[in-house]
Amino acid sequence: MAASSERSPPPFPDAEDQESEPALRDEDSDEGADIFLGTVSRKPFSPPAAPHSAVFGDPLSNISKQESTSNPAKQSSKLPSDVPCDIFDPLHGTGMEPKDDGKNPAELRSEERPKDEPLSVASSKPKKDLFEDSPEDLFSELPKTKAKTKPQMDLFGDSSPDLFMDAKAAADTGPGRNAPADLFSEESVATTTSKSAKSNISANGVHSDEEEQDIFAEATVELSLDSPHNNRKTLDTTKPSEPASSLSAAAGSSKAQAKTLEELEEEESEDKFELNISITNPEKVGDGMNAYMAYKVSTQTTLPMFRSKTFTVRRRFSDFLGLYEKLSEKHSQNGYIVPPPPEKSLLGMTKVKVGKDDPSSGEFVERRRASLERYLQRVVCHPSLLQDPDVREFLEREELPRAVNTQALSGAGFLKMINKATDAVSKMTIKMNESDVWFEEKLQEVESEDQQLRKLHAVVDSLVSHRKELSVNTAVFAKSVAMLGSSEDNTALSRALSQLAELEDKIEQLHQEQAGNDFFVFTELLADYIRLLGAVRGSFDQRMKSWQRWQDAQTTLQKKREAEAKLLWANKPDKLQQAKDEIAEWEGKVTQYEREFERVSATVRKEVIRFEKEKARDFKKQIIKYLESLLQSQQQLIKYWEAFLPEAKAIA
Amino acid sequence: MPTISQEYKTALRSVSVDLNNDVSLLIDIPDALCERDKVKFTVHTKTTLSVFQKPEFSVPRQHEDFIWLHDTLVETEEYAGLIIPPAPPKPDFESPREKMHKLGEGEATMTKEEYTKMKQELEAEYLAVFKKTVQVHEVFLQRLSSHPVLSKDRNFQIFLEYDQDLSVRRKMPRRCLVVSSRTWLKSADEVLISGVKEVDDFFEQEKTFLLDYSTKIKDSTTKAERMTRAHKNVADDYIHVAAILNSISAEENTALKKHLDKFSDMFEKLRKVEGRVASDQELKLTELLRYYTRDIQAAKDLLYRRARALDKARLKSKDVAQAEDNQRQCMQKFEKLSESGKKELTSFKGRRVVAFRKNLVEMAELEIKHAKNSVSLLQGCIETLKNC
Repeated sequence: MAASSERSPPPFPDAEDQESEPALRDEDSDEGADIFLGTVSRKPFSPPAAPHSAVFGDPLSNISKQESTSNPAKQSSKLPSDVPCDIFDPLHGTGMEPKDDGKNPAELRSEERPKDEPLSVASSKPKKDLFEDSPEDLFSELPKTKAKTKPQMDLFGDSSPDLFMDAKAAADTGPGRNAPADLFSEESVATTTSKSAKSNISANGVHSDEEEQDIFAEATVELSLDSPHNNRKTLDTTKPSEPASSLSAAAGSSKAQAKTLEELEEEESEDKFELNISITNPEKVGDGMNAYMAYKVSTQTTLPMFRSKTFTVRRRFSDFLGLYEKLSEKHSQNGYIVPPPPEKSLLGMTKVKVGKDDPSSGEFVERRRASLERYLQRVVCHPSLLQDPDVREFLEREELPRAVNTQALSGAGFLKMINKATDAVSKMTIKMNESDVWFEEKLQEVESEDQQLRKLHAVVDSLVSHRKELSVNTAVFAKSVAMLGSSEDNTALSRALSQLAELEDKIEQLHQEQAGNDFFVFTELLADYIRLLGAVRGSFDQRMKSWQRWQDAQTTLQKKREAEAKLLWANKPDKLQQAKDEIAEWEGKVTQYEREFERVSATVRKEVIRFEKEKARDFKKQIIKYLESLLQSQQQLIKYWEAFLPEAKAIA
Repeated sequence: MPTISQEYKTALRSVSVDLNNDVSLLIDIPDALCERDKVKFTVHTKTTLSVFQKPEFSVPRQHEDFIWLHDTLVETEEYAGLIIPPAPPKPDFESPREKMHKLGEGEATMTKEEYTKMKQELEAEYLAVFKKTVQVHEVFLQRLSSHPVLSKDRNFQIFLEYDQDLSVRRKMPRRCLVVSSRTWLKSADEVLISGVKEVDDFFEQEKTFLLDYSTKIKDSTTKAERMTRAHKNVADDYIHVAAILNSISAEENTALKKHLDKFSDMFEKLRKVEGRVASDQELKLTELLRYYTRDIQAAKDLLYRRARALDKARLKSKDVAQAEDNQRQCMQKFEKLSESGKKELTSFKGRRVVAFRKNLVEMAELEIKHAKNSVSLLQGCIETLKNC
């Protein structure tokens, strides 16, 4: 498909080509067409529908998926052909300036978006400038300072959701968004071209976000009266610039962007809410095979969203699974990483149900309690998930409707599900010619990390069992030495041997405790993260799915257009209108899906960065905790042996 | 093939027995060579005694030669009242070899670094087994040399001096027979020793003590072996953990990298400490128990011999008229045996207590040293982790 091949080429060749051309071209519109020729394949027929210029007429045929750009304005644009000129001519003139001196990356970025419009009417020059400047600027400027990179982050973090909202005309008042409603209204007011131009001039890094919104809003308003036909032309002309610039921007900025998003995260975590959750008092409810464990979920919070500061509810395991299902249903499709709950364990639970005071069932319950606690803490740590009414209900509501169908999530089933998702992801990766290096690299990282963690998990598991073995063997040896001591006929030696037996008994305790720490602090952490990495891959999967949907829509659109062209050829005006309607419908879908894809991509990116931060924090915490446990047992060991030493010396 | 230098050995020698240093006859094994299953020991002697032709000489000996010497001593009637030092166990390199084999099979699942470390560990273990083998053979000879009676044994002197092959190995098939007949004899001895009515309180006491002690120390030895092996496994696990953590941190590029590096480093250091703890326990505790298991068997053998002599003496005394002389002779022999046996057993007890004391003190000190070492390592690591 033409679309994907255009989107997939490595980001820079195009830009470089442009760069190698003479920097200044005269403003003849034909030149612009030449540029397009250089980058885009054309179809032979090109209905000259636009009155305006060759630039318009020409690329109509360049029907390609790319044009369904991220710009919401275009979707319903209806534009008198000279209006864009008015809008964007000044824009180019002014917009170039900050870019040329390469100072303002945010500006640059915002420039790239409006550029979609300008190209529809503009001469080739601004476009060329864009090509020349944007990659360089992105590279040279973005990573340099925080002040400079931040605006760009804002763009990514805030404006794309806003754009989306724009299209939906529904205010999404999620947390961490910059009063989008206000922006929106402001944007709609700004209708004059001169104002937009001005605002663009005055745009500096800090305000670029709003500025960009202005332009978009304007475009939305003004373009809204255009005919679909005209609109399509607009799209066509914008096309060539879009892939190249967005690619170069994506590649160039991915690193800087990661950084800035991290900073954003840091800011968020600074004003961290007070919310402590603990799970205590596991209690067996009922008898026989219908028995279940109920856990006390206590919440302590200063958040105003809860009715009181402390509250407690009783929940059973399937309630936790039910919560996961609800959250996963709602959020994972948007690219959120929904923390997975611990797996169901038929064997463990059966033991609990049947066994009375089996130590292994006690261990099982404690293990589950701890992992449920960690699960819940991860859920409420997620700013978006915390806002979910189901989470609040889970924490607050006295009686929860019984969760059903959680059987499917039983241990093996859950793993299978994750594996299936993984397979799907890898299959899709082959199909999807990844346009964003960042995602490609991240996915690989996640996959190899998953493998490594699994390996480590196996090794630490064997460490646990070896230490348990050591503990058992030490206990046996202690008994044996005690016996030996009792038959020893030298009194002092006999005494020393029984002391040694006592010492070994204590050491056995130490080993046992350490084995517990190995398990709860280390192994469980790894198990959690293996599960979480599954969820991360799930979010990548969601992104792929969204991409797939978009691609499918594009294919359909392409077919519709071909059908229309045939109708034109055959000169069947009666069916033409219907075909045009369908095209309009599919264009809408393509735009919508693309926006969705970009939104999911942005979310996944943000989520992955969030996840990595959490992971780093978690690991550090647990590593220290683990080392401290080792330290403690070694200190204890010193005490024990030091107490023994005089006994050994007393043998005479 | 590993050979062992002198200094190495003296540093590692676990003196399970306390030997009085008689300078008139000094024996050591400065060198040993391992050829497949055979270990060739170089037995070096330094002496002021006139029975030897030269004041200093070395001879090559193999494990079978030691066994021959031991068996000859046991079979000598005059030594029936002595505790014959236990024969050194046959060199056994099976376990490290098997592990090496297993490691080779699992090579694909490990990183190169991990494999190298595991291999080094196994080589160290192999070397330790080798050293221990040399050491028990040396101790056997040293005990003989420090014994007032046994050091004058002609066979012992031949063993030390004769610079040709002792060619005792050809007798090996016969020895197999001897072994089986001896085990049969031993079980008969057990019956005898428990069936014979004891007249002497000392021996009665010793008998019950040794029988009891022998089973218990055997048990403790196996248990201690298992414990040290488990400890070794834990130390080996640390290697794998360190290696995998290391490869994870290589791929990580966030702040976590530093932490994982430190963590992996920590495991790497800890595994060395844990490995040393395990090998010191092996050397100080397990080896001690192992040695005394054999030594007690030697003491028990003395009791068997005495019981047999007693039985013989009683049997003879039934034959009233015929051989009064003979009977008196037997009785005398028995009494002499009893007397030296009493001396031997008492000194054995003293020796055992001293050896236990020495090893237990050393082990406690080493344990403390290692634990302190880990504590300071851990504290340092936690400190750096908290600060970064």
